[in-house]
Amino acid sequence: MDEAQRLVELIPRLRRYARALVGDRAGADDLVQDTLERAWTKLHLYRQGTDLRAWLFTVMHNVHVNRTRATRPTDPLGDEMPELASRGAQPDALVLRDLDRAIARLPADQRAVLLLVTLEEMSYEEVARTLGIPIGTVMSRLSRAREKLRAMMLGQSPAAKLKIVK
Amino acid sequence: MSGLPVTEADLQAYADGRLTAERRAVVDAWLALRPEEAERVAAYQRLGQEVRAAYETMLSEPVPERLAQAARRRFAWRRAALIAGWIALGIAIGAPAGWQLRPERLVAQAGPDSTPIARRAAVAHATYSPEVRHPVEVGADDEQHLVAWLSKRLGIKLRAPKLDDAGMSLVGGRLLPGENGPVGQFMYQSQNGRRLTLYVRTEASRNRETAFRYARENNISVFYWIDREAGYALASADLSKDELLRLANLVYKQLEP
Repeated sequence: MDEAQRLVELIPRLRRYARALVGDRAGADDLVQDTLERAWTKLHLYRQGTDLRAWLFTVMHNVHVNRTRATRPTDPLGDEMPELASRGAQPDALVLRDLDRAIARLPADQRAVLLLVTLEEMSYEEVARTLGIPIGTVMSRLSRAREKLRAMMLGQSPAAKLKIVK
Repeated sequence: MSGLPVTEADLQAYADGRLTAERRAVVDAWLALRPEEAERVAAYQRLGQEVRAAYETMLSEPVPERLAQAARRRFAWRRAALIAGWIALGIAIGAPAGWQLRPERLVAQAGPDSTPIARRAAVAHATYSPEVRHPVEVGADDEQHLVAWLSKRLGIKLRAPKLDDAGMSLVGGRLLPGENGPVGQFMYQSQNGRRLTLYVRTEASRNRETAFRYARENNISVFYWIDREAGYALASADLSKDELLRLANLVYKQLEP
């Protein structure tokens, strides 16, 4: 069965997106697992020959929206201050943590658009189809998400911060 | 088109490298006159790179087993069924110990298709009875729907026998692919977790009846019989032959029209 093999091949990308979307590893893998299981029960709705990746991301989006509706909105970071003490130990881990924090603070709608465009490198049309929104909405959410993220990253640490990752 | 004013959407597409060469040249010229906007767009590009770099390791990490299993779920089932099919071909002639327990139901000959039903029921039992998260597709809390659905797919009127008096309660059921069409499976479970499945398929010759017959497939005991339009196989790895026979009688009596 080709779909099974193709599903397996797409897992790393699903995990990457879920990791950035949810903010923690275990939660991300739970989301991916629920997505795969949902995908199997909905496979008859997938049209052969169309983009399986885009379809899977749509399934994941729906699963995620349902889950976040079911549980109360999570804000794992609250208003706590950045932990300055450990800064400098592991630059990559710090960049990841700062980004995680900043991305987690974005409104969910904007976060999904930003991640599909920058991480998954989907076209704006694909993002619109995946999330079921007009392309104009994709563009305005993208613009707002980027501006907020830029402001947060600048606010947290000036200039040099952005040069750690090439 | 290149004469249109530069919009915010243009700047986003510019940051993502998605403008045509012609349009990009227009935006380049526009940004050259606006250093602050140029810096903002450059920051978006850097952020994009950071985001990609930050999560890149996720792509090369080994896939956790539970996710690989979730992706291969149906695939694994089909493979199991295929292997079982080959095994069945190899030893289909092997003696299924015929069993006569109700003289009035005695039929002289075992049908040629009675061994596959036992084997298929055993494979289906082995596949789904160990499941913790997904033993059934439709749960007993939605029994009406389950029975209506399976009846519709099999094209015969089904019932889920009540075995609570014998200590087995309905967990639910699922639809399976059979040799000649859809097959139904009901699953039961005792309080201490022992499981029993009833495999039901339609029979081509709709007026045949057989006695109960017993087969053992690996460690799974199966009682199977044909009653007019349906073939039944009751399978369990957790019950003794006597216990299973008692349950087979209960099932048979309840399903008797």
